[in-house]
Amino acid sequence: MRYIPNVSEQELMLNQMNMTMEDLFKDIPDHLKGEIPLQPPMSDLEVSRKIEATVQKNKNMLSFLGSGCYNHYIPSHIKELLSRSEFYTAYTPYQPEISQGMLQALFEYQSLICDLTGMDVCNSSNYDWATALAEAALLCERSTGSKKFVVPDLLSPFRKRVLTTLAPDLEVVTVSHDERGHIDLEDLKEKVAHAGGVYVEQPSFYGFLHENLSSVGDIVHDASALFAVGVDPISLGCINPESSADIIIGDGQGLGLPQNFGGPLLGIFACKKALLRKMPGRVIGMTESESGERGFVMTLQTREQHIRREKATSNICTNQALCAVAAAMYLATMGRQGLKEVAELCMRNANYTMRKINDIPGFESPIFNAPHFKEFTVCHPQYKNVHTHLLRNNIQGGFMVNDTTAIYCVTEMHSTHDIDALVTALEGFHV
Amino acid sequence: MYRQAKFSEPLLREKSVSQRVGYSLPEPLGEPVTIPHSLVRKELPLPELSEVDVVRHFTRLSEMNFGVDTGTYPLGSCTMKYNPKITEELSTLFSGFHPLQDESTIQGCLEVLYNLQEYLKLISGTAAVTLQPAAGAGGELTGALIIKACQKGRTEMVVPDSAHGTNPASAHMAGFDVVEIPSNDQGTVDLEALKSAVSEKTAGLMLTNPNTLGIFEKDILQVADIVHDAGGLLYYDGANLNAIAGICRPGDMGFDIVHFNLHKTFSTPHGGGGPGSGPVGVCEKLKSYLPVPLIGFNGKDYSFDYDLPNTIGKVHGFYGNFQVAVKAYIYAVIMGSDIRTASQMAVLNANYLAENLKDHYEMPYQPLRKHEIVLSCEKIKRETDCRALDIAKRLLDYGIHAPTIYFPLIVHEALMIEPTESESKEDLDTFIEVMIKIKNECYTTPDIVKEAPHNTAVGRLDEVKAARNPVLAWNQI
Repeated sequence: MRYIPNVSEQELMLNQMNMTMEDLFKDIPDHLKGEIPLQPPMSDLEVSRKIEATVQKNKNMLSFLGSGCYNHYIPSHIKELLSRSEFYTAYTPYQPEISQGMLQALFEYQSLICDLTGMDVCNSSNYDWATALAEAALLCERSTGSKKFVVPDLLSPFRKRVLTTLAPDLEVVTVSHDERGHIDLEDLKEKVAHAGGVYVEQPSFYGFLHENLSSVGDIVHDASALFAVGVDPISLGCINPESSADIIIGDGQGLGLPQNFGGPLLGIFACKKALLRKMPGRVIGMTESESGERGFVMTLQTREQHIRREKATSNICTNQALCAVAAAMYLATMGRQGLKEVAELCMRNANYTMRKINDIPGFESPIFNAPHFKEFTVCHPQYKNVHTHLLRNNIQGGFMVNDTTAIYCVTEMHSTHDIDALVTALEGFHV
Repeated sequence: MYRQAKFSEPLLREKSVSQRVGYSLPEPLGEPVTIPHSLVRKELPLPELSEVDVVRHFTRLSEMNFGVDTGTYPLGSCTMKYNPKITEELSTLFSGFHPLQDESTIQGCLEVLYNLQEYLKLISGTAAVTLQPAAGAGGELTGALIIKACQKGRTEMVVPDSAHGTNPASAHMAGFDVVEIPSNDQGTVDLEALKSAVSEKTAGLMLTNPNTLGIFEKDILQVADIVHDAGGLLYYDGANLNAIAGICRPGDMGFDIVHFNLHKTFSTPHGGGGPGSGPVGVCEKLKSYLPVPLIGFNGKDYSFDYDLPNTIGKVHGFYGNFQVAVKAYIYAVIMGSDIRTASQMAVLNANYLAENLKDHYEMPYQPLRKHEIVLSCEKIKRETDCRALDIAKRLLDYGIHAPTIYFPLIVHEALMIEPTESESKEDLDTFIEVMIKIKNECYTTPDIVKEAPHNTAVGRLDEVKAARNPVLAWNQI
């Protein structure tokens, strides 16, 4: 077996120990040792053929899906650097002196996310946006003592489901929207009473940008609740992070990671310094060696499960560290000018596509009269049939939120040719 | 002796040069979009670097990091085995697909997930498997939430004192009161203590087998009976599955819920902290509680199965760490029945270390271990003032990653060593030789040990200072 060197030495080793292989397993009761009908092992060539055949069963499509997993440009050197096995074959850096590379990279990730979000502190990752939302709600509860958590009605159904699953003891209340999709401030004033936290997304799940978030923040803080904001980090290249937020979460998958059928993603979790000691997840801090050299360590571990056990701020142990390193590489590569440009590219391409679709008879885009970032709604009375029609044209349309509406996503990855192909296909749809 | 690369590598922000760029992008389409004034970002304080700057920076950082590909990494309970390169390469073939694509266009992705579900059912002896939890602790929480959903009114989760910290933390997150039971003098579950701990309040017991001492819980069937008779469910923490995969199955031992760490037993790389993957298998009566969706197969097509009437909901935005699942699947296909050989050799390697180190370090509890051994440095500490921590740091100087230290909590000055099946006899002999050498150094030149490491990128770091005055981002320097 090519990964197990000692197959050839086992007799020698066992003889030296004066034992047999059976002796090593004599503590397992015999009746538990049954034959498991496993397949014979496979050679590299055989497994390559098998997996390549499986991949062929997928269809490569021109896709306009987003809704939490995005197709963004990944510079080649990021893939190359992530394949450095000193990074990817390491465990969590429990021994900092021999793991400075990973620790510095994660410290830089935290720093870049703080710069991007305007928050004071950031952990070194959660699993994804959805689980980060559940952790944010639990942080609000720990900080305020209130189990009530307010979310917008225009929220990703996936994120909402994860929130209610992972925080089953919280009372999740929805706040409605006005005709522009914005948080209804009157309804919020009512719902925020005795709440521990209020969560909104910028841009929203439907792609539009709220213009009333500072008013939302005021209402939330007047009620002594915490304000959590979910963001698309790419949008922060041209859109201001909400300054009244106490917690900012989001998904960093768009920062240098492929879609990978929805995972691994990268849960971003950043907050104000006042919440630091209650924050979930691993944190990297800067320190010094005994001779005064700069170095990095995992810190504030007294919040964590391996020290505090049931009193920990979260059970999280393994996180998405390598994804966080990818995000650091991406943000370093794009820099202040590049991230602004990619954000503007997405916004411009998306708005261009939105207008083109809105011009097609029978289609309406978007539903909400508000500025849109890279996602927008497309409505048609028979949208389900539109979806099938597009598939026949080898196009995967947006994510259907109901029978008449889908959420489309356009990024810098879409060329004029791609958008023309979509528009032509939609124009070719006849009831 | 080992010497790690050492660069005085500045932070990205310190390397930043105004106007420098590392990217290229195409021209946008259509007219410029006007962003409402109140939303426009005024300042974006990201660094400015060229592609070359970025590549050198992260290449240098990687050279100041130690992975399984660098050398022996006997981190107990973490199963740091070799990660086959072919799984890395083949897994990228799936990287371009979106989780919300029409089912008809992603049959290949679904086939992999379905086959992995089936494989994990077979290897664990469970009836249904979800691949959604993103890591082992996520699997534990999923399991604890399932127990909570079907054990209404039962408020207590029993956890042995030798358990991983994530067990009580996950149980607590699910809303349980944690009841800790002591281990007996064999290092296994104390049956009398268990009997007196269970009651009509008991929702379940979370157990690792082999446990964190590397000892197989030979009374597992009695443990299962005690818990089941009290109306509780038995949860298997799969962190130590590498000792028994292909040899015996948690389902046959009476476990109702099992989590797997794909980044341990199934050889997917740990990424320096993640991503991992923590699938959960359950017995037939708990299938309807699993998170949605599962992957179904009707003999022709694969599809998402949302028909789980008691489902706890969802534990990940999509279907978990898919790419990690693909790598684990490829590993499982390559290994086939050789997974049994992997377990045997992992156990052989651990016992070979025990046999050769037991005269030099204390080894509490019985000698026969499975995949890992736990040594104690208590006597050395008493006689030389060198602690387990110092010995761990000194190992780094010899180019060997340290074992897990100070865990499990029931062994003082613990070194928890898991060599895995990947280490050759020569590597094991080197490890033994170095461990004996370090012990001798504790008695002859203790300062060398107490001041270790000397050969890593940086000397011993002040963790107290880091916690007392936290600097968690460069804007706090």
